[in-house]
Amino acid sequence: MLTTQIRPDGVALLRIDVPAKSQNVVPPSIAVELEGALRAVASDARAVVLASAKPGSWIAGADLDAFRNCESEEEVVTLCRQAQNALNMLEKFELPVVAAIDGMCLGGGLEVALACHARIAADSPLTRLALPEVQLGLIPAAGGTQRLPELVGLEASLDLLLSGRRVDGREALQMELVDEVVPPSILVEVACKRALQRASGSGPRNRSLAEPRRLQKLALSNPVSRSIALNQAQRSMEKKTRGNQPAPLAILKAVRTGLEKGRSAGLDVEAKAMGELALSDVSHRLIDLFFAGRELRHASGVDASALPVRRVGVLGAGLMGRGISYITIEQAGLPVRLKDRDDSALTSGLRAVHRMLAARVERGKLGEREMERIAFRMTGTTEDRFAGCDVVIEAVFEELELKQQLLAAVEAETPDTTIFATNTSSLPVARIAEGARRKDRVVGMHYFSPAEKMPLLEVVRTPETSAETIATAVALGQRQGKTVIVVKDGVGFYTSRILVPYLNEAAWMLSEGVSVEAIDETAKDLGFPVGPCTLLDEVGIDVAAKVARIAESAYGTRMHPPGSLDRLIQDGRTGRKGEKGFYSYGSKRKVVDDSVYDALGVRLDRKTKMDARILQDRLLLMMVQEAIRCFDEGVVASARDADVGAVFGLGFPAHLGGPLRWVDGIGPAELLSRMRALQDRYGGRFTPSDRLEAMARSGERFHG
Amino acid sequence: MARPIQPPPVDRVAIVHGLRTPFAKQGTAYAGTSALTLATLLVRELLERAILPNDGLDAVVFGQVVPSIEAPNIAREVVLNLELPPRVDAHSVSRACATSTQAAATGTMMIQTGQADVVVAGGADSMSDVPLTVRKPLADALIRAQRAKRPLDKLRAFQGLGAWDLVPEPPSIRERSTGLSMGESAEKMARDNGISREDQDAYAHRSHWLAAKAYAEGIFESEIAPMYVPPQYDAVRRDNLVRFDSEISKYARLKPVFDPEFGTVTAGNASPLTDGAAAVLLMRESVADAWGFQPLAFVKSFAFVGLDPHDQLLMGPAHAIPKALDSAGIGLSDVAVIDFHEAFAAQILSNLRALESKRFAEEELGRSSPVGAVDMDRFNPYGGSIALGHPFAATGARQLNTVARELARRGEGYGLVAQCAAGGLGAAVVLEA
Repeated sequence: MLTTQIRPDGVALLRIDVPAKSQNVVPPSIAVELEGALRAVASDARAVVLASAKPGSWIAGADLDAFRNCESEEEVVTLCRQAQNALNMLEKFELPVVAAIDGMCLGGGLEVALACHARIAADSPLTRLALPEVQLGLIPAAGGTQRLPELVGLEASLDLLLSGRRVDGREALQMELVDEVVPPSILVEVACKRALQRASGSGPRNRSLAEPRRLQKLALSNPVSRSIALNQAQRSMEKKTRGNQPAPLAILKAVRTGLEKGRSAGLDVEAKAMGELALSDVSHRLIDLFFAGRELRHASGVDASALPVRRVGVLGAGLMGRGISYITIEQAGLPVRLKDRDDSALTSGLRAVHRMLAARVERGKLGEREMERIAFRMTGTTEDRFAGCDVVIEAVFEELELKQQLLAAVEAETPDTTIFATNTSSLPVARIAEGARRKDRVVGMHYFSPAEKMPLLEVVRTPETSAETIATAVALGQRQGKTVIVVKDGVGFYTSRILVPYLNEAAWMLSEGVSVEAIDETAKDLGFPVGPCTLLDEVGIDVAAKVARIAESAYGTRMHPPGSLDRLIQDGRTGRKGEKGFYSYGSKRKVVDDSVYDALGVRLDRKTKMDARILQDRLLLMMVQEAIRCFDEGVVASARDADVGAVFGLGFPAHLGGPLRWVDGIGPAELLSRMRALQDRYGGRFTPSDRLEAMARSGERFHG
Repeated sequence: MARPIQPPPVDRVAIVHGLRTPFAKQGTAYAGTSALTLATLLVRELLERAILPNDGLDAVVFGQVVPSIEAPNIAREVVLNLELPPRVDAHSVSRACATSTQAAATGTMMIQTGQADVVVAGGADSMSDVPLTVRKPLADALIRAQRAKRPLDKLRAFQGLGAWDLVPEPPSIRERSTGLSMGESAEKMARDNGISREDQDAYAHRSHWLAAKAYAEGIFESEIAPMYVPPQYDAVRRDNLVRFDSEISKYARLKPVFDPEFGTVTAGNASPLTDGAAAVLLMRESVADAWGFQPLAFVKSFAFVGLDPHDQLLMGPAHAIPKALDSAGIGLSDVAVIDFHEAFAAQILSNLRALESKRFAEEELGRSSPVGAVDMDRFNPYGGSIALGHPFAATGARQLNTVARELARRGEGYGLVAQCAAGGLGAAVVLEA
């Protein structure tokens, strides 16, 4: 995987190339190979440059299977130890070693770069540096938690280690993660020159100590400020993870140990933590989700090729229309024709999209000129002018007749190949398509609000939707940066359908006198980012009740919304949009509006300590149970899609891996017995489905 | 791949589409918006409406009269702003108030010589985004300072500058050769040709009245595209210079601008400083047939002339029109509709007189008989630049578009477009249905 070339100038140029892979994903043994290669050139070369033979990929990380396939923690620890030792050797190597980074430099790759004596990055859109281990429930275990703080300071290193986010060359330079950023075409030459300068002791001088980052780094050596920063991070992580995810805390511990007790103690903590984490269910689930999500961002999953999309029409300049327009011009890079009924609606929509772009300029993510060019992709109209659009996405009010009219109008002025996509969240797509001339060209594209932020897209197919149409919608969604699942048409599709019983259950709890805080905290303890009451406020209590009633008529009484929702609506509570819901919207702090209990007609029961486990089960099982039904009925195409949909669309706890992965973990029999217990206590809505009964008997799993 | 030079064309050149922005008084609806932005938004809208198969655009020819430091080749910047295929060729032209007529003429010639099949031709100007320059003494000092090596020398470079030298200077609208402004030239024409203040005011009133009538009849609906200009995107739907309640009596109250004592040219009987953009889509006839585009009109002939600016500056049209008519093989009476650029009422009336004058024909044109008296029913039937406004580089395309659409409505006949332009230039184009 490593080739060595000793150049006439005395630089040993080591190039990494993992054969037959598009990215250099390396086995842990690469460290040993690297060690060997360095020893081999030690006497013949004056300096070393470590580069990649693959354009766009330096080292994209370690091969995760190598850890997963380990039989014991000790085996993992041994692997980590080998890598740590090799990188220690690299760090202390007698010749200067310069990393010439062009492309992905992730995880173990960045740890190799950190051990080098200097790092030079290519100024290319493919260059990204990150330690994404935390996102996979892992820890950088080849010295990453030790060398990063030393290089970039405590604050910046905690940011990178605990978020796993990627930085580009320019940002890496700002935080001094790399020493220089140069054009890709001269990267290797510059790296060789710097390596030789280091060898002769004539390199560029170190920067002045007066720079802010130097001061920040000095703070590392001050035990008081160091400990304040670490404690603060610890508290914030504990609050965020609620004991569900061990990785962030393990990372903090490794950083702390390294700073307080030295490098070698820190490396011990790293390796040991990796041993535990790499074999944990949480990590395995996060890794599976990661790969599933990646598949759904790229693979079409449909047996047809997508039609070319050159121009997209968006009907309706409201919140959804704006978000969809934004991701289409900004992510997909396609021209958008945005239409609304009148100028004032259109103008505010266009302006809002422009503000989203401007916000990216302010954050330094986008240049002024680039923004101008992206903005020119968007045009507005109040007339029927979609003639050149290959896909028209409607995002108007949830009114069947209106949507049908718009569909007819679009069909009338567009060629036969134009696809009509509806962003409905509650109406079945087939109903909207009823009067369509080209039913095969009608599809649902269900974005989540706000569309510019939420990662999931449900592409909804009716029995009449053609495979070509589905493939085109999926490809467009992926170009817009979305993770796309294809689901069968029906009330609520997949995500809204499994959300209804979950929100209903929260409403049942409310009518029993459980407090708003207790319900929301229960969900957050499970690992949901927000609780159901907060979500109801955001979605709109009236909307939720309406959708629940439609779901009830489609799926039966288990979806029946409790009367408490109606009582709230009668009290004029619609949620955030009406500034009246479960929470008060006057002040900045988020506080429960206590008058909500009077509206509900309940006496708040603060004394009886509700069994947290039961509250958790009630919320979780209602959602899981419906997900099983959706899987059974073929609403989702696979267990993977069911899991990704719930996690990416609804914030289902990622550490549980998704509803079906979670059931696989506890086993269907366990779920069945918990369902039965709830059924005895709370009645019919907890009746287990036939599928669950059958699986409990056979012990079958959802994931193969 | 380079296109081989084709043998003489049999195909005609069609105007298949055309659009303009609403025209706005300087510093109003498009305040702060550059000509490039207006041009980009307009061409985008034109292409969104025309929908060319396979991005089948070959070239953009565009122009602006107020110089731009940021985008000297505005045509290419439009192509790049719109992310059109990079192969789409683009160049910019300059012919003062006949700039977009030149753009259309150049586009026509490109199609006729086989270099292109489909060309966007137009122009844009924004008097709301005029580049200011530093005065010569300061400019010289800045260059001296840049070349100086030592800090003290850099400072010394600015010695001797007065306060006035620091005031930025807008681009001049005076004729470089004569030192006269356009208005002063118009005054000279009114004076020399004996055009009365009353006649000028009556003509201006006619322009506004006809423009208002055209609006009421929906004539402009298909040729004006509503504009939503970033970052505010407030809708601009109509020209804001047309006086929908024009009264002849009000014109008399205005004071002459250029010659307070003896002058007759006022803000009311001259075209105003205006922001806007206009473009036409030119296409080879056979390509239009193949793609199913319905031509609005065809370019029959065009002519450009030059006169001595020291004489009567704005008489170009009276010279260019007979040339273009001759080249089309028709006479003035064969023309069903004329759009004649109204720089000043005095200039219009001077040119009309010249066209029907035997002496002008003999002395200036070397013809035995006059070009002809213009039938006023066919003359600027939907108003002109005085009422609609005059973004310098957009006017020609605005006129071509209006006349082409009028011919399309009639389904037969010839149309004529004419302009005067700074430097003593004149332009005329004959279109046929």
